[in-house]
Amino acid sequence: MAGPKKYDPAVMGKKLAMDKNQGKTLKRLMSLITKPYKFSFIMVFVCILVNSVVSAASALFIGSLIDEYISPLLKMSVPDYSNLIIAIIVMAGIFLAGILSTLAQHLLMVRISQGVMKNIRDNMFRHMQTLPVKYFDTHTHGDVMSYYTNDIDTLRQMISQSIPQLMSSVITIVVYLVMMFATNVWLTLFVLLFVAFTVFVSGKVAGKSGKYFVEQQKALGKENGFIEEMINGQKVVKVFNRETHAKDDFDKLNDQLGETSYKANKFVNILGPINGNLGHLQYVCIAVFGGILAISGFDPGLTLGVIATFLISSRSFSMPINQVSQQAGSIVMALAGAKRIFDLLDEESEADNGYVTLVNAKYENGEITECKEHTGLWAWKHPHQDGTLTYHELKGEVVLSEVDFAYVEGKTVLQDISLYAEPGQKVAFVGATGAGKTTITNLINRFYDIEDGKIRYDGINLNKIKKYDLRRSLGIVLQETNLFTGTVADNIRYGKLDATEEEIVAAAKLANAHDFITRLPKGYDTELTGNGANLSQGQRQLISIARAAIADPPVMILDEATSSIDTRTESLVQRGMDALMKGRTVFVIAHRLSTVKNSDVIMVLDKGRIIERGSHDDLITKKGQYYKLYTGAFELE
Amino acid sequence: MIKKLAKSIREFKLASVLSPLFIAGEVTMEVIIPMVMAKLLDEGLNYRNAEGVVVGNINNLINIGLWLVALVLISITCGILAGFFAAKASTGFARNLRHDMFYRIQNFSFANIDKFSASSLVTRLTTDVTNVQNAYQMIIRIAIRSPLMLIFSLIMAFIISPKLAFVFIAVLPVLAIGLLLIMKFAHPLFSLMLKTYDKLNRVVQENLRGIRVVKSFVREDKENEKFREVSDATYKLATKAEKIIAFNMPLMQICIYGAMLLLSWFGANIVVSSAELELSTGELTSMFTYAMQILMNFMMLSMVFMMIVMSRASATRIVEVLDEESDICDPENPAEDIADGSIIFKDVNFSYSKDINKLCLTDVDLEIKSGETVGIIGSTGSSKSTLVQLIPRLYDATSGEVFVGGKNVKDYSVKALRDAVAMVLQKNVLFSGTVRENLQWGNEKATDEEINHVLKLSCAYDFVSKMPEGLDTFIEQGGTNVSGGQKQRLCIARALLKNPKILILDDSTSAVDTETDALIRNAMKEYLPSTTKIIIAQRISSVEHADKIIVLDGGKVTAVGNHAELLESSDIYKEVYSSQVKGGKE
Repeated sequence: MAGPKKYDPAVMGKKLAMDKNQGKTLKRLMSLITKPYKFSFIMVFVCILVNSVVSAASALFIGSLIDEYISPLLKMSVPDYSNLIIAIIVMAGIFLAGILSTLAQHLLMVRISQGVMKNIRDNMFRHMQTLPVKYFDTHTHGDVMSYYTNDIDTLRQMISQSIPQLMSSVITIVVYLVMMFATNVWLTLFVLLFVAFTVFVSGKVAGKSGKYFVEQQKALGKENGFIEEMINGQKVVKVFNRETHAKDDFDKLNDQLGETSYKANKFVNILGPINGNLGHLQYVCIAVFGGILAISGFDPGLTLGVIATFLISSRSFSMPINQVSQQAGSIVMALAGAKRIFDLLDEESEADNGYVTLVNAKYENGEITECKEHTGLWAWKHPHQDGTLTYHELKGEVVLSEVDFAYVEGKTVLQDISLYAEPGQKVAFVGATGAGKTTITNLINRFYDIEDGKIRYDGINLNKIKKYDLRRSLGIVLQETNLFTGTVADNIRYGKLDATEEEIVAAAKLANAHDFITRLPKGYDTELTGNGANLSQGQRQLISIARAAIADPPVMILDEATSSIDTRTESLVQRGMDALMKGRTVFVIAHRLSTVKNSDVIMVLDKGRIIERGSHDDLITKKGQYYKLYTGAFELE
Repeated sequence: MIKKLAKSIREFKLASVLSPLFIAGEVTMEVIIPMVMAKLLDEGLNYRNAEGVVVGNINNLINIGLWLVALVLISITCGILAGFFAAKASTGFARNLRHDMFYRIQNFSFANIDKFSASSLVTRLTTDVTNVQNAYQMIIRIAIRSPLMLIFSLIMAFIISPKLAFVFIAVLPVLAIGLLLIMKFAHPLFSLMLKTYDKLNRVVQENLRGIRVVKSFVREDKENEKFREVSDATYKLATKAEKIIAFNMPLMQICIYGAMLLLSWFGANIVVSSAELELSTGELTSMFTYAMQILMNFMMLSMVFMMIVMSRASATRIVEVLDEESDICDPENPAEDIADGSIIFKDVNFSYSKDINKLCLTDVDLEIKSGETVGIIGSTGSSKSTLVQLIPRLYDATSGEVFVGGKNVKDYSVKALRDAVAMVLQKNVLFSGTVRENLQWGNEKATDEEINHVLKLSCAYDFVSKMPEGLDTFIEQGGTNVSGGQKQRLCIARALLKNPKILILDDSTSAVDTETDALIRNAMKEYLPSTTKIIIAQRISSVEHADKIIVLDGGKVTAVGNHAELLESSDIYKEVYSSQVKGGKE
């Protein structure tokens, strides 16, 4: 054991740090388990105590059965069983108590373990909602999903089995330790030394398996991520005949998972045999060495009789220790799962230092004031340091000045961008693919934060606006349509949770989705599954437009919202949206001329700069970049 | 079901057999060691001299002690080996199960994929397999140990007193019925619970995918509520199911304690009435020991049963995947060569649900010559995508026939057909990996030169070369770090790398600007003259130069012809055209 490694300070330091982390994880996990269920845990402890007493009573009863009941009966000429009957009835009563407390204990443990799992699950999800968009970009979905199933599942066995086992073992250990000390101090110390050795060995083995369990959970997450991604892209896999490739990649991950999970399980499996047999070895050592000492008369207090009784209690003593060490497997596994869970819980939330909020407003005597009802007029509520409040009407003016931005540090995507959008206008962003149009909208709604420069919204620095209110003020239809499992109506209602059926239908009509929805098998009650897999891309876009329309936002951003919709339908949709957004600011991003041509202002972007600005007609007469970009559409003439 | 699962054990059969064998060795030691220990006490520690005084015997102590050490060593070796083999067998079995399932899924047709949801398949491949793996390990480790000990103890009990041993005959049925009842009630709950797991997975998955929608609508609370709902349902079901399982231990105790009381009463009666002739007090004591052993091992067995109950639901779900037959498979003696890129649709009807009353395509008759450029135009939901998906046999026509290169598509091997037909799906996906890795989907052996060539054709070369690491730039899952238009062009490049006989672009340039769109079309015309090109588009400009334009409406082909002809003959086409041109003139 004393290799040169032992003195390597670097190795020692690393090892210590790992142990410390594990200790921290354990402590944190325990507080999650015990805190909300303090009372239940006390009850469980009481039940276990009752059970220990009952099993002690049953041992006593069987021990005394022959001497105190049967032997006297044998001596009677006419046996009188009444004493025995009474004893059996009393025991039956005691047993009943034991059975009931066992039942209570198990039912309580189910509640505790499932409750803890649920709490952690809910906390995790709640926390996940606060994470920045960047987190979701950089983690595969399947890996994150694995937290909610595979990692949480590791906790079940630890909570429902290991912890109660630990409790009952501690009780037994304490009882027998006292008994052993009463019999012989030196032998007890020897046993303790042996136990220390056993615990040390178990610790080593458990530590080894712990390392592999961490790897197993990681591998499981990775494989989950791969499966999720592949199955969602399964149609692409088929189209490209990539099945063999997918299989090979899968096998690599799968073999890795199999390997780590083999190693982890291997070490857990040998814990039982090792500990059990070390117990036997301990027994032999005490018997042989104790016997030799006693026979040679080394210690007069140590008689052969003492050793015989001591042997029995030492066996009873090492039994629960074995049981505890056999639970080590489920504990290290739970720690591995918990570590991943805590990693997610420790991810930093989206920063939000805003204090300007968005309120419904109305004009009273020429002054804008806050009101509760929806007026179609909004105001920014701006608290100042001196405690006063001011209101500005929300107009929808967005100004970017000298903005720099990079998705990944050091790899600038947008550089020195300045642009402005005047309130109440329909503003279109056009420009070649990759000019950064979508990025700009991502900055306006603060999915990402700018590196340098300033964005002002109605003259307010964007950072001062509370994120929730900022996003509430912007209705966005994104390039990627994402619908949720649920009915068509539910999906539209997502934009306004308390929307009535009439409102839903109105929004659908506005988005020109009403017709096809009514033709679906169950109309508005048709269930959509798998991101609306049963709809065409264009239909999905129509629903997501309806979803944005029903929210009736002060400012709307349409990012390629109609790219998969045929032009006839698109012009109908546009007419509806124009009516809805009259007098409000609308940002439109599109490539199609038909989508942007009736905008008040068109901004032509190139590599993050506005190179042209003006109405469609202005730009066409200018014969500049815009004209060039879109002449493709005029070839028909 | 077991048979189906057992097929996945394969190379781990030996480990699966060795593990119980070594466990048998361990059990044997477990029986022998206490006997030798008793001997150690009797002949060593409690050794009596000729006068009958306990003096102990050092020689015997050391001798028997060494014997014991040897036995312990054997036992520990058996135990460790059994543990290793059990781990090997169970994790290997799980690995094979996942392997088999994933391979099976790769053989799924589009229709099969539509049937299982992605989130459910993910749970089946991980959570369900883990459940089965744990159950399997439990079975091979305990299935030998407990019955062995059980039989051994029962025999001993019957040898001592057949009369008294009938107590067990009375107790065991109670136990068996109790266990059966627990299983009966628990199993359906576990099946339901796994379904809520799917749901839970689905909610998380949709949340992850739609996180931008969630955040821009500020619907975090709504999502939390949605999650809490399924989390609650999972909690309730799991609690209910496990509460039933919680009756297992008390049931065991009822039997153990009941057996003890019965043994006490009847044992005392037999001892007393026969004046120790039939049963001595000493024998009664050992009866208790055996009673404990019998019931303890029964308890272990019952735990195995519980594991089986819990994993049965999972096993069923795994078998469902393994049993799913792909409805699109190769014919016998499939044709491997696709002569050219000609396509013929003959009286084709199609319905996703195979229901003649719910047709998505009706009476489609088309003839496309090899090398032609064909445009397809139609309003949203007019089954344009459905029509082209029949060409590479992503779905089979419900009735009628589709011919490619002069042969029915069903006569080709699916691989050969799909190699010849490149399709850029409307809902396209990039995978996490570098740009190069993504493009090589089209052709694994493509050199950088070939890759750059197709990137130029799809007008993607400029932006890819401007990316920080060029072809080695990492694409995140779903391609979230490239814009929609860039993604579409990468997908086109990927399809071009296949060097296909037929190229289908299903609305693949919707997010690409008109100028680029035109450049891509021209490039294809120039560099892929012999490839049949089918272009589904919303923009007239994308299809107007096509040799043939198909106008779809409500799943029917309403007109076919070139641009000029259709302007004369098709009202729908005319309308679409004017709606797009008007914009230009104003």
